[in-house]
Amino acid sequence: MNIPKKWVGRGVALVTGGSAIATVVLVLVVIGIVVQGGWGHLTRDFLLGSPEQGMTKGGIFPAIFGTFLLVTLMSLAGVPVGTITAIYLNEYVGQQSKAGRAIRFAVNTLAGIPAIVFGLFGLGFFINFVGGGADKVLYGGALHWGQPNILWASLTMALLTLPVVIVSVEEAIKTVPRELREGSLALGATRLETIWKVVLPQSMTGILTGAILAISRGAGEVAPILFTGAAYFLPNLPDGLTDQFMELGYHIYIMSTQSVDVEATKPIQFATTLVLLILTFTLNFSAIFLRWHLRGRALR
Amino acid sequence: MNASTKILTRDLNLHYGDKHALRHVDLDIPKNHVTALIGPSGCGKSTFLRCLNRMNDLIESARITGRVEVDGTDIYAKDVDPVLLRRKVGMIFQKSNPFPKSIFENVAYGPRVHGIKDKNRLEEIVERSLRGAALWDEVKDDLSKSGLALSGGQQQRLCIARAIAVDPEVLLMDEPASALDPIATAKIEELIWQLKESYTIVIVTHSMHQASRVSDTTAFFYMGEMVEMGPTQKIFTSPSQKRTEDYITGRFG
Repeated sequence: MNIPKKWVGRGVALVTGGSAIATVVLVLVVIGIVVQGGWGHLTRDFLLGSPEQGMTKGGIFPAIFGTFLLVTLMSLAGVPVGTITAIYLNEYVGQQSKAGRAIRFAVNTLAGIPAIVFGLFGLGFFINFVGGGADKVLYGGALHWGQPNILWASLTMALLTLPVVIVSVEEAIKTVPRELREGSLALGATRLETIWKVVLPQSMTGILTGAILAISRGAGEVAPILFTGAAYFLPNLPDGLTDQFMELGYHIYIMSTQSVDVEATKPIQFATTLVLLILTFTLNFSAIFLRWHLRGRALR
Repeated sequence: MNASTKILTRDLNLHYGDKHALRHVDLDIPKNHVTALIGPSGCGKSTFLRCLNRMNDLIESARITGRVEVDGTDIYAKDVDPVLLRRKVGMIFQKSNPFPKSIFENVAYGPRVHGIKDKNRLEEIVERSLRGAALWDEVKDDLSKSGLALSGGQQQRLCIARAIAVDPEVLLMDEPASALDPIATAKIEELIWQLKESYTIVIVTHSMHQASRVSDTTAFFYMGEMVEMGPTQKIFTSPSQKRTEDYITGRFG
């Protein structure tokens, strides 16, 4: 049995090339199906209206609003914490120090935890422990904070997206030349002043990239908010931190599994999926653009 | 040499991990003089310079023993705040490093950090510092221009203006002209000559011509040791050590 080397080479090329093409085709097919199924339904009334008649009619505005509110609160909580962690890792502990390595290990581990586990953690920690505890102390046990709401969902999501923020900000902080830090320190600035006036302004793009990537990741996740705040259907928009909310991803899941007439919701499902895809793609592309901009600066 | 001593080191040693980068350095740096540190690459002259404003504190693996005194105070004593020390002992780096801010903000950075908020006072300090660094006439029309938009020589003078804006007493210069063309270099050297009226200057240089042009005193470093120090004229004409002579006559380095 002697297969000529030429044929082996061609076989390998065929298999690897085929796999690569399959990936591209898969993306195109997914986008194609979603666009074809949902484009016609993407009207102003759909984007700005509420679900009607058991979600077979009407729009998805509450879900869009809920998604935006969720990622906004999530960013407000997650981006500062992630940024501060990245600063600490880069400016205060050595790359090889035990503390630095321990934190990096924790960040990587956090990034590998399945989303549903975050959901359960949110339920156990934020809702039962923090919320339930607050109710006991503040309201004599009456249910107020100890139930799913937009705040707990946002905080859970912030935990999930924390590694994304930390890694992006760290990458940006690393591109700030050492000479600038030394220049500032040599003028008698403290480490904090140097970070505040030189390092952070130079890292703004990276912080923004981190925030966008986190939002894009958060907007696409459903598992963490299943138990912590997402609602099946709400007639009103949330107007406080203790309210529940509707969310795009969760809305798709509900329509496709819980609706009384799944067939009738199909056009809406497609259109909702399309909205979610447009949202996450836009966010991802702006993050890629910002990164590219940032890399360009680092090379200069 | 009858000027009083501004900085002195006694038995100064520095290790980077296992590497013994400075060996038992004893040096007296006279006040309001220009002292040049010369020697081949890796001889420890820049490392020595960075000991004088505790810039080596930032390097994790660096370990320092011995004494460094500025105006008779041990700067490595426990109660000395390196931040305050660096106000008194400023530094100009080899690669000009203006902040990506306007010319005005670059010079005002130090004074602002030290709590000066009054706009008029800042403007006054900025003008005085830019004049002091012989840059005022070239930039006075547009102080809002980015510091990075200046030429290499102008950037380095901007860094000098930035350093003198905090009113230091000592200026440490780490090969300040090594990246500049001859005309820009000449300007910097002329400036150094003027600055020594008000400041004690220690300059690390690769160029022996530069050392002989700008300095009053020269110290020769070799392999982490300070081999010889004396009036510049004497070091370059009749050094007492063989190694110094070999270096300045170009036999190595």
